[in-house]
Amino acid sequence: MSLIGAGLGVIAWGAIAGVTLGALAPSRARALVAGVLTSVVGAGGVLAGLAALGGQGWSLTVTDLLPLGAMTLAVDALSGAFLLLVGAVAVAVGVYSVGYTGPGGRHGAEPDATSGDTTALAGPSSEPGAAGHAEGAASRTAQSALPLFVAAMLLVPAAASVSTLLVLWELMALTSLVLVLAEHRLRASVRDAGLWYAGMTHAGLVAIMLGLVVFAAGAGGESFTALRAGSGDLSPGTRSLVFVLIFIGFGSKAGMVPLHVWLPRAHSEAPSHVSALMSAAMVSLGLYGLIRVGFDLLGGGPHWWGLLVLTVGGLSALYGVLQASVAVDLKRLLAYSTTENVGLMLIGVGAAGMFAADGNRILAGVLMAAAVLHAVNHAAFKTLLFLGAGSVLRATGLRDLDLLGGLARRMPVTTALFAVGALGAAALPPGNGFVSEWVLLQGLIHSVTATGSPSVVAALSIPLAVGVVALTAGLGMVTFVKAFGVGFLARPRSTVAAAASESPLTMRAGMFLAAAACAGLALAPATAGAPLTRLLRVLPSVRDGAPLADSGIALRLAGIAGSMSPLLIALGLLVAGASVAALARRVAQGRPRRVAQAWGSGGARLDPRMEYTATSFAEPLTRVFDDVLRPEHDIDVTPYVESRYLIESVRFRQRVPDRLEARLYPPLLAAATRWGQWSRRLANGSVHRYLAYGFVGLLSVLIVVGISG
Amino acid sequence: MTASGLTAGALAATAGQLALVVGGAPLLVGLMRQVRARLEGRAGAGVGQPWRDLRKLLGKEAIRPDGSSWVFTMAPLLLLASTLVITAVAPFLSTVSPVEGVADLFAVVSLLMLGTVALALAGLDTGTAFGGMGASRAVTVAALAEPTILLAVFALSARVGSSNLADIVESTLTTPAQVLSPASLLAAVAFAVVIIAEAGRLPVDNPATHLELTMIHEAMVLEYAGRDLAMIELASAMRLTVLLGLGANLFMPWGIATTVAPLPLLGAAVVFAVKLGVLGAGLAVFEVFVAKWRLFRVPELLAGSFLFGLLAVSASFFLA
Amino acid sequence: MSVLRKIIRTGRVAESAPQAPPASADAEGADRSGPEPVAPLSGSVQLRHVDAGSCNGCELEIASAFGPVYDAERYGLRLVASPRHADALLVTGPVTRNMADPLRKTYEATPAPRRVVAVGDCALNCGVFAGGHGVEGAVADVIPVDVEVPGCPPTPDVLIAALRGLTGR
Ligand code: SF4
Repeated sequence: MSLIGAGLGVIAWGAIAGVTLGALAPSRARALVAGVLTSVVGAGGVLAGLAALGGQGWSLTVTDLLPLGAMTLAVDALSGAFLLLVGAVAVAVGVYSVGYTGPGGRHGAEPDATSGDTTALAGPSSEPGAAGHAEGAASRTAQSALPLFVAAMLLVPAAASVSTLLVLWELMALTSLVLVLAEHRLRASVRDAGLWYAGMTHAGLVAIMLGLVVFAAGAGGESFTALRAGSGDLSPGTRSLVFVLIFIGFGSKAGMVPLHVWLPRAHSEAPSHVSALMSAAMVSLGLYGLIRVGFDLLGGGPHWWGLLVLTVGGLSALYGVLQASVAVDLKRLLAYSTTENVGLMLIGVGAAGMFAADGNRILAGVLMAAAVLHAVNHAAFKTLLFLGAGSVLRATGLRDLDLLGGLARRMPVTTALFAVGALGAAALPPGNGFVSEWVLLQGLIHSVTATGSPSVVAALSIPLAVGVVALTAGLGMVTFVKAFGVGFLARPRSTVAAAASESPLTMRAGMFLAAAACAGLALAPATAGAPLTRLLRVLPSVRDGAPLADSGIALRLAGIAGSMSPLLIALGLLVAGASVAALARRVAQGRPRRVAQAWGSGGARLDPRMEYTATSFAEPLTRVFDDVLRPEHDIDVTPYVESRYLIESVRFRQRVPDRLEARLYPPLLAAATRWGQWSRRLANGSVHRYLAYGFVGLLSVLIVVGISG
Repeated sequence: MTASGLTAGALAATAGQLALVVGGAPLLVGLMRQVRARLEGRAGAGVGQPWRDLRKLLGKEAIRPDGSSWVFTMAPLLLLASTLVITAVAPFLSTVSPVEGVADLFAVVSLLMLGTVALALAGLDTGTAFGGMGASRAVTVAALAEPTILLAVFALSARVGSSNLADIVESTLTTPAQVLSPASLLAAVAFAVVIIAEAGRLPVDNPATHLELTMIHEAMVLEYAGRDLAMIELASAMRLTVLLGLGANLFMPWGIATTVAPLPLLGAAVVFAVKLGVLGAGLAVFEVFVAKWRLFRVPELLAGSFLFGLLAVSASFFLA
Repeated sequence: MSVLRKIIRTGRVAESAPQAPPASADAEGADRSGPEPVAPLSGSVQLRHVDAGSCNGCELEIASAFGPVYDAERYGLRLVASPRHADALLVTGPVTRNMADPLRKTYEATPAPRRVVAVGDCALNCGVFAGGHGVEGAVADVIPVDVEVPGCPPTPDVLIAALRGLTGR
């Protein structure tokens, strides 16, 4: 039995064991059982993924398992990359969830701290999480859904026929929906988030289903082999229709603009370990779907497909990072940052599509590699960041950055690990996000020299894309300086934050695993060279050559004279820092740093309320991008009763609503409601009518059968 | 020359430029202050004053505000270390470098940003309103400057086909006419604006201000004292030097050594020092003529330079 | 361009530096052992100015000491914004009740080695404000004073001579 088969076996049996044991285990052992089994399932994915990336192939067809046909699974290097990604995320999340869904913590409670003032937040003395928690993420349903969700995600990239893919896709959507809704009894906002998520994911499913059905009908078979073989027979119009449909469908899962609306809701309301799974792993499966169908099954397409993806990617990156940079809710910030990163991946994929259409396979290969590498990097740091946010949430019950702070001294391990993730997400060296953004930028800027005389479209779109990537990087930096600096540093801005304490061991271990992955990806990205080459061989239009030339520790790209060595940069920073520190120590001659009260211009005590908050931190940016963000301000001025000239208190509140959502969705929702209202007339409760419907239905089936038979 | 001789020479070149920048950066700042003083009719404290300040700071007590964390004490180290790494990899004296291919122009820009971020985090960590204010402003300016600088990089490296610093410099050396190409000129303008913004010079930030509410860079370092402050002052001077040096050598590389023989290296060191002196003095003269802008006009400046960068890139595409 | 013309027309306005005070000499009228030039501070002294309740006469003189004519900066003196960056505090005026605590805090916030320069008669002995209802006392009553600069207000050259004792330049 091959390693891949073994891995997939572990996934399947692990999931079955997870569902049964998760449901049967006593509530005390449930967290442990579900967590361990999730990790086991994830480990199966890692095993299968590594084997597939190592060059193994595997396929399996089980007839009569699914109602509509055979279940077909096949694993190649492209599947392998995503198996590895999802599996690795699941391993870390599984370990983490043991502590997170275990007893204790404040994370189940209503984080309704935004409205109250900081002093009122003395924190309920009885642990609110303890009671509410058992019915939240630790409930029987949620715990047994967790391994199943992971298994569904892992099997999606292994699916090798339309029906298998669709069934697994839907299983993934449903299990994740269950998990998103885990805390619906505790917070009303969860139900809203669940509704949006359910709506968007099913709209996406419909688009994917339509696209693939049209594809399968044209190609004359529903297995991926048949689709691959038949894609050439499709008319260009049909091919484009298929591509646009699956782009919309997979894109909605990936959280691209303007289909991102569910993301900030679902990711912030789901339990944090589920957010990590969804944001790091599930979202990248959208990218997988796009690459698999667009570049493998359809085999690439005309120039404008790439341009479409590039444009949507650019918009997503900008819009996502802009919203993230002004977000105040830590998990909402991370969710918007997911949209941003998906945008960057789409820029890579889109540009790859454009160059592939021009026949420049080397450049297309580099850009595609950049996209996949960024997906992997994003998975690593986003897992870490969401788990870190979960630890904060568990310790304080807060997601509101304006009320956090001071955690560096109270939760040192979580803070240090979050810093690693933030470094990666801010795309700064020596973090891992920097590496893939570097590859992406290199691919983009060398499009001029590499293509000879570029087309006008490329000459206009590529510089803009570089500008977008650069602006995204800059704003991403602001975002994560804010998330880390305001959330973890300085003095606590509320009493609950002041009372925070470090997370349990399992949670720290889960975060540590993710941090180790970040470090590995940051320091030795050249090791991804060979697997990425194998991956690109799956895609006919970008098949040529190895994208990353593996030349020791330096990162060199095929066909591009640019190189960089993340390891040596990190080493340089370390050596320089250490020697400066040693020098400073000699200069200090053992005199310690005096700890003094912060300088408050000689005034009275410095109150934590005088500290900069996330809102004030982002204020300059909010002003600069006023036209896009259009923040809403509320100013309440309360005068004393005695005189309206004497002000008792002034309350200022700023909200930055999602303008895209506010513009696009209400008309759609209104139309849907009207349609629903109208169709209610069909079902008015009259038995006669229903009988008539049944009769008409039967008759039409008979007519259809009669005609075609 | 043998391979080992080459490496030794290249190492000497790197060590030389490290020494030159570390030793010369405070002098450059001193020179700029001196030029300004003379233009204001003053006598000035002398070119060596920044070094005297640094020496004094090293002997003083270091202070940490109550409630701050390791970030506060690590930030000066990271700031100085990132600047040192940039200094080591940038082609200031010779295009031959033992650390060739370690960091290209993108990495250099990102390392500069890393320093900015370190200081901004330290500003936030102090827990004072001024620290947070400075941090917020500094990263906003940096975030808006980054696209410009990357576009300028793009314009420069597109014509060369590489973003490696040494390649860009060498290509300019072989075909000097490139410097006068529209792409290069536009990129130079964009780069100049970015230097002013990133180094915190007028009209973006006033390095000599005493008014906390107008500060950007100074507000973040209000809490530092003693050796920590010395590190930050040195690093800031070095960042200015490095930015000016990059500007000088990317757009006017003449005088740089293309080998690692001692004589050209020595010549290159002299030429580099003169170039920086002229640029620094020019910047100081410019600063006498402008006043600090309102913070919210700075984005307009940066947007303008972004446009220049975009034009530079388009020019490099169409006029290539 | 008008600025340029002005610069050229004005030329150098700084008066030539007077003889440096002998290193061991005290500033005039100092009744203490005088400003021992502290070795670590040689050549560079950053000053943080604290107005503890002055009438602003002293401030005018300080401002002109740092103006082009007297140009105190050439001796390595500089005014800074934060006491953390300072080596010496420049305290003016009698210490009022509301400024006593901030003055103490400023002194606390200054890293060692630190010096306190009391500028003006008010700072030395409350001057014309002695006995005022809001006056806490002279500077020396609140924090230890190292250098005293008498005068109401002290002229810039007196002030600079005293400060040059600190920098040793
Ligand atoms: S010494 Fe004279 S000038 Fe100075 S504060 Fe006192 S009264 Fe005013």
